[in-house]
Amino acid sequence: MATLLSAQGVSRAFGGVQALNGCSLNVEKGSITGLIGPNGSGKTTLFNVITGYVKPDAGKVTFDGRDITNARPDKVFAFGIGRTFQLTRIFARMSVVENMLVATQHDEGSLRGLTRSKSSKADLDAAMEWLGFVGLARLASTEAGMLSYGQRKLLELAYVLVANPDVILLDEPAGGVNLTLINEIGEKIRTLNKDGKTFLIVEHNMEFVMRLCDTVTVMHQGCDLVSGAPADVRSNPLVLDAYLGGGDDEDEDEDSQADNG
Amino acid sequence: MLRLKSSLWGLALVLFLLFPVIVSNPAYRDIAVITLIFTGCATSWNMFSGYSGYVALGSAAFYGTGAYTMALVANHLHMTGGAAMFWLVPLGGLVAMLVAIPVGAIALRVRRHTFVVITIAIFFVFQLTAINLSFTGGTGGISLPYIPWLASYYDVPFYYVALAILIFAVILSALVRRSRFGLQLLAIRDDEDRALGLGVKVFQVKLTGFAMSAFAIGMGGALFAMYQGQIYPQFVYDPIFDITIALMAFFGGFGTLLGPILGGLILESTQQYFTVTFSGGSLGSLYLIIFGALFLLVILFAPKGIVIYVRDWWTRRAVKAELATAGATPVESGH
Repeated sequence: MATLLSAQGVSRAFGGVQALNGCSLNVEKGSITGLIGPNGSGKTTLFNVITGYVKPDAGKVTFDGRDITNARPDKVFAFGIGRTFQLTRIFARMSVVENMLVATQHDEGSLRGLTRSKSSKADLDAAMEWLGFVGLARLASTEAGMLSYGQRKLLELAYVLVANPDVILLDEPAGGVNLTLINEIGEKIRTLNKDGKTFLIVEHNMEFVMRLCDTVTVMHQGCDLVSGAPADVRSNPLVLDAYLGGGDDEDEDEDSQADNG
Repeated sequence: MLRLKSSLWGLALVLFLLFPVIVSNPAYRDIAVITLIFTGCATSWNMFSGYSGYVALGSAAFYGTGAYTMALVANHLHMTGGAAMFWLVPLGGLVAMLVAIPVGAIALRVRRHTFVVITIAIFFVFQLTAINLSFTGGTGGISLPYIPWLASYYDVPFYYVALAILIFAVILSALVRRSRFGLQLLAIRDDEDRALGLGVKVFQVKLTGFAMSAFAIGMGGALFAMYQGQIYPQFVYDPIFDITIALMAFFGGFGTLLGPILGGLILESTQQYFTVTFSGGSLGSLYLIIFGALFLLVILFAPKGIVIYVRDWWTRRAVKAELATAGATPVESGH
């Protein structure tokens, strides 16, 4: 398998906090790669660097052989990298299907968008198809702000999918949702992966990660610590040290940094 | 429902068209012209600020620019006062739009409160410039070519041009709301960073919307200048203008098509009417207090504006009815 997405030696500091410190990551084409690590180890910041929300101080991000370091988020998305956020972000005052249509962007200027209706037949069909895939088709005309937390997670997944990205970055897809829905989301990921989608997943639910991922990279204090098959990573003493506290603890909350981006 | 809606819009249009035929009192016609100009500006303002959530409080910069374009060009060309000057109205809009591009390019780099403050600051730059430059006539302002129309007729052409500007703004708003571009503006309002991550070129979209909204505002300013026959920097570059059109949109329903029209018609016409009727009388300026109280009531009990208040009430009723027939649904109310 070839490397589809890679970050090499990425560093980024927020004030005095070195959130990323020469971190490297490889995502193989067609894989489901897990990214785990204690709170504050820099996972979300790495996501933000890859997707263009945060500019790295040093290092390089490549996608499909192309250097995408410092590309703006809309460009990164156009290249074929979709992402969801840890704190689910949807367009609360728009209908569910309108949420989907926002993501069916075409690379065109805003003046072109003026003359284009908000939904072509093809876009609308695609939107409804993916809503059906996550089981929200029934709620298409509901205001998105009315959805429950779990439904919002599904909607966010759906509107990333509608743009047909090659690789999808999921930030805690199983966070804060019930067990049934966790399994359901896991199934969706597996199905999509079989159809050729590549995934990079940040998740704290170890069972979810170990069952789903082909490769797992463990981050610790802004660096990649270990990469390997789930079973190998699980028994690696360095990983146990990082989680159970061997080195100095870093209690920085990565969420607050992510939101600053 | 759709049929009812379009017939109501049609009915409103007919009433607007017939107004000068039915009402011959010049005082009322004068109120109508000013009301239409402000309502058109509020609608155009709402097309950007209401849809994108970027509350601009410096649009008087474009209103004033339209007014000065009208005054300066009419004088420069030595135009004789009359209907030909109406051709300068779209020119005023165009110049205002061109001015809005650099203004937007600066102001739209920041968000929320900072954006509001920056737009106010830029507005004051325009006002001070108009006061201090020589070709703008300084505080003395500029007189426009005298229009020798009879008093009984004078307001009528202005009324229809003002109505045309309002209709233009309404149609543009409706088209934007239906376009992909409008969808992008709404997405920016709800979560700009998320929209950016879904491929929306947010800066381009914001700047286009901002400049577009300046067009009708500039036309309003140009028409106002022509109507008044004399402009002063403090009355066309007027901070009250910004507050007024923003209040109209909020009062009627921020971000809705009908909201600013409703807000503009109600607020401006009642205020003008009260001013004409009660000022100097025994009520004095008591009406202003009543007016303010009325406004407070709406903001307290329907903070999203009349249109959204009614729509929410309607939706709640419909959902209740649905629940009663279908039993429990898994849809929770998020907020």
